[in-house]
Amino acid sequence: MDLDITGAKILISIPELGGFMLTETVVVTWVVMLVLVLACRFMTKNLEVHPTKKRQIIAETIVGAAQNLVKSNMGEKYLGTWYLPFIGALFALSAGCSLSSLFGAYAPTSDLSTVLAWALFVFALITINKIKSNGIGGYLKSYTEPIPVMTPFNIIGEIATPVSMAFRHFGNIASGSVITALIYGGLSALSGLVLGLLPGALGQTLSNIPIFAAGIPAILSLYFDFFSSFLQAFIFCMLTMMYVSDAAGDAV
Amino acid sequence: METSILAKAIVCGCSALGAGVAMIGGLGPGIGEGYAVGKALESMARQPEMKGTLTTTMLMGCAVAETTGLYSLIIALILLFVNPFTGLF
Repeated sequence: MDLDITGAKILISIPELGGFMLTETVVVTWVVMLVLVLACRFMTKNLEVHPTKKRQIIAETIVGAAQNLVKSNMGEKYLGTWYLPFIGALFALSAGCSLSSLFGAYAPTSDLSTVLAWALFVFALITINKIKSNGIGGYLKSYTEPIPVMTPFNIIGEIATPVSMAFRHFGNIASGSVITALIYGGLSALSGLVLGLLPGALGQTLSNIPIFAAGIPAILSLYFDFFSSFLQAFIFCMLTMMYVSDAAGDAV
Repeated sequence: METSILAKAIVCGCSALGAGVAMIGGLGPGIGEGYAVGKALESMARQPEMKGTLTTTMLMGCAVAETTGLYSLIIALILLFVNPFTGLF
C-alpha cells in the first residue's frame, strides 16, 4: 500500500527570478477564477427587466441571497458599498477552490498560503475600519484597555484573529483530504487482504483490485468535500462580515 | 553512524507518539460541539419557528469551537509529514 499525502506540487521552478515557483495551488486557483468569471459572464448576458431566461433568474437568486446575508449580518447601510460583491466573491472563490477537490484536483484551500493571504486581507480591512472609526490615537489606545498591563495580551488577541481564521479554513479542508486518503488506502489494503484469502487464481486476480475502496469513500467525500467546502466558505464570510462591521461601528 | 540511525529512530517514534498525544485535544471540541448542538435542539423543540437562525448560529459557534481541535490537528500533521526534528541528526 502506498499513500501519497503531500502538499502542493511545484510545476515550474525558475531560480533566476528569485526562486519563483509555480505551484499547483496557483494554477488551480487560476482555473477556478476563470470558471467563476465565465459563469458570471454567461449568467449576466442580455439581461432583461422582466427575467424570462433561467440563467438570469438563477443569477438574481444568488445576488438576492448575498444581499440578504450582508443585510442581516452587517446592516442595511452596507448594501450599497463594495463589501457586498467582496463577500460574494470571497464565498464563491472559497467554495470553488474547496470543491475543486471533487474533480481530483489539488484544493488550493488545503494550502495554508491561500487562506492565510485571504485572512491577512481581512485583517487589513478590520484594522483600516478600526482606524477609520476611532482615529489612529483611539486605535492605539484600544490596546491599553482596560488597563495598560493588558497590552501584550491585546496584541496577541489581535494577531490571533487572522491566524485562527486561516488555520480553521486550512485545517478543515486539509484534514478532509488527509482522512479521505487514509481511508482510501486502508480500504484498498483491506480488500487485498480479504480477497487474497480466496483460493487459486481467482483470489490472486481479485486481490489486486481494490473492490472495497469503491463506494464507501464517496459517502465520506460528500461530507468532507461537499458539505465542508460550503460550510467553511460560509463561516469565513460570516466571520469577515462580523469582524468588519464590529470594527467599523457607525462609521461606514 | 550507528548512533545517528538510533537517534533518528527515536525521533521518528517520539514524533508519532507526539502526534497521537496531540490529537487528545480533539476531545474538547467534541464535547463542546455536542453540548452546543444539544442546546440548539432543545431551543428548536421549544421554538420551531426560530429554526433558521438557530441552525446558522449553531454552525457558526461549532466552527469557532472547532479551532482548538484544529490547532492540535495541525501540530499532529506537522509532526507526521513535515517533521522539523528529523533534520537535526
